[in-house]
Amino acid sequence: MSRVTLLCLQVLVAVVALSLWQFFTTVPLFGKILLPPFFFSNPVDVFSQIVKWFSTGVIWKHLAITLWESILAFVIGSAGGILVGFWFARQPRVAAVFDPYVKMVNALPRVVLAPIFALWFGLGVWSKVALGVTLVFFIVFFNVYQGVKEVPTTVLDNGRMLGMNERQLMRHVYWPSALSWMFSSLHTSVGFAVVGAVVGEYLGAAAGLGYLIQQAEGVFDVAGVFAGMFVLSAFVILIDMVVTLVEKRLLVWRPTAVARD
Amino acid sequence: MEKTEPTAVALDDATVAFRLADGRLYTAVEKANLAVAHGEFVAIVGPTGCGKSTLLNVAAGLLKPAAGAARIFDKPLAGLNRDAGYLFQADALFPWKTAIDNVAIGLDIRGTPRAEALARAQKWLTSVGLGAFAGRYPHMLSGGQRKRVALAQVLIRDPKILLMDEPFGPLDAQTRQIMGNLLLELWTADRKAVLFVTHDLEEAIALADRVVIMSAGPSARIIGDWRITLPRPRDISEVRMEKDFHALHREIWSVLKDEVMKGYVQSTQAGAA
Repeated sequence: MSRVTLLCLQVLVAVVALSLWQFFTTVPLFGKILLPPFFFSNPVDVFSQIVKWFSTGVIWKHLAITLWESILAFVIGSAGGILVGFWFARQPRVAAVFDPYVKMVNALPRVVLAPIFALWFGLGVWSKVALGVTLVFFIVFFNVYQGVKEVPTTVLDNGRMLGMNERQLMRHVYWPSALSWMFSSLHTSVGFAVVGAVVGEYLGAAAGLGYLIQQAEGVFDVAGVFAGMFVLSAFVILIDMVVTLVEKRLLVWRPTAVARD
Repeated sequence: MEKTEPTAVALDDATVAFRLADGRLYTAVEKANLAVAHGEFVAIVGPTGCGKSTLLNVAAGLLKPAAGAARIFDKPLAGLNRDAGYLFQADALFPWKTAIDNVAIGLDIRGTPRAEALARAQKWLTSVGLGAFAGRYPHMLSGGQRKRVALAQVLIRDPKILLMDEPFGPLDAQTRQIMGNLLLELWTADRKAVLFVTHDLEEAIALADRVVIMSAGPSARIIGDWRITLPRPRDISEVRMEKDFHALHREIWSVLKDEVMKGYVQSTQAGAA
């Protein structure tokens, strides 16, 4: 399939879906509108809502807040994951002691932590960051841990025979291996950073995309809810494209830079 | 082989044992005695699983013998053998480094200035025939090319001893011959002591000054030691046509054959048990 055909077909799916939505929410069939606009709104209203957000500039503040929270969650979560991942991988005893607790915390649905974080860190940016961190941390942690553990013995022995000391092994062998594992899960961890931010905002905030959706829902503004969802999707796709670019750049040495998550 | 030179690698009654998963002790190699003179090319040949590589790892300091000792230039070996370069059987290049960075790493970690390290790495890549491949990552190179990079990676450090563990094992027959000739060519330039492990007797005779035969494991022993007097310089593919080569091959193979059969029987029994 050529690129053009593919793109045409992809656009066609959107057009058909939107048309059906518009049709069933506005045109009565057998004297009855199948999708009541009160619950389903319609594409035109949703679109005009989005245009209004962008034309008045209201949306930028919310986007910026969500982006900022996501970035902070990603950076802090990754840093923590890398540190602890390295520590555990190099100290099997520490890893063995903490193993059940790591599993326990990881098994916990992170949403239930949101109220606690709201209590501890308030309704501002940091409670969302904390939620995102708990999500990002484990992804990065597990991947870095694996990356350090999975260095082939031959490569390690080769490093030693070439005269590397522990510090140089760290820098030239463990670190690149761990990073490659971390980068291979970059899409997942970045995605979770956004999830943490948005869910946190939804559960209690004064700004952000999650807050916007929650506000619209609170006043039964279905068009607003859908508009928020579309903006959020576009936002996530944009971030994902940036991640893909970064990934291609960083994993050139890999046979195929595909995500493994 | 001057008498005044100290022995490059010496194994004195080296015994290597491993603790198996079920707690039993498995003796891989028993009381191995071996001496590699300065500038000498010694090949170790033995059936699969006889502990050839184990012996090499002892010489490298990657393994500690359970009994006996290894001496490097007449000094007992403690820890890693800093005088040795090791060419592994499996891929050991750093996949996240380009060919040139893989070669330069040995100098980088010594603190050689970056520009100088790169210049010398480029020279080494050229001498292994990969001058134009400096920017390639290992996965973009063929198996033979990766071996060439690995060879350059080891040789750039100018080790006094070269330990090679079936380095050309994974390569196809033609590439093996080309690599063998390349190795001989580089080795002739500055004769290092070489300990070369292989299961290919022909390869061993074609390359080495001495061929050492090991018995089948467990408790493998060194059971034969032949001096290969074929004239140098040799061409791997041509030397195989010579009469002396065939005579040597027949003589050594008569000893090796029994061990290969024993090793085969043991490995099939181990599989059935």
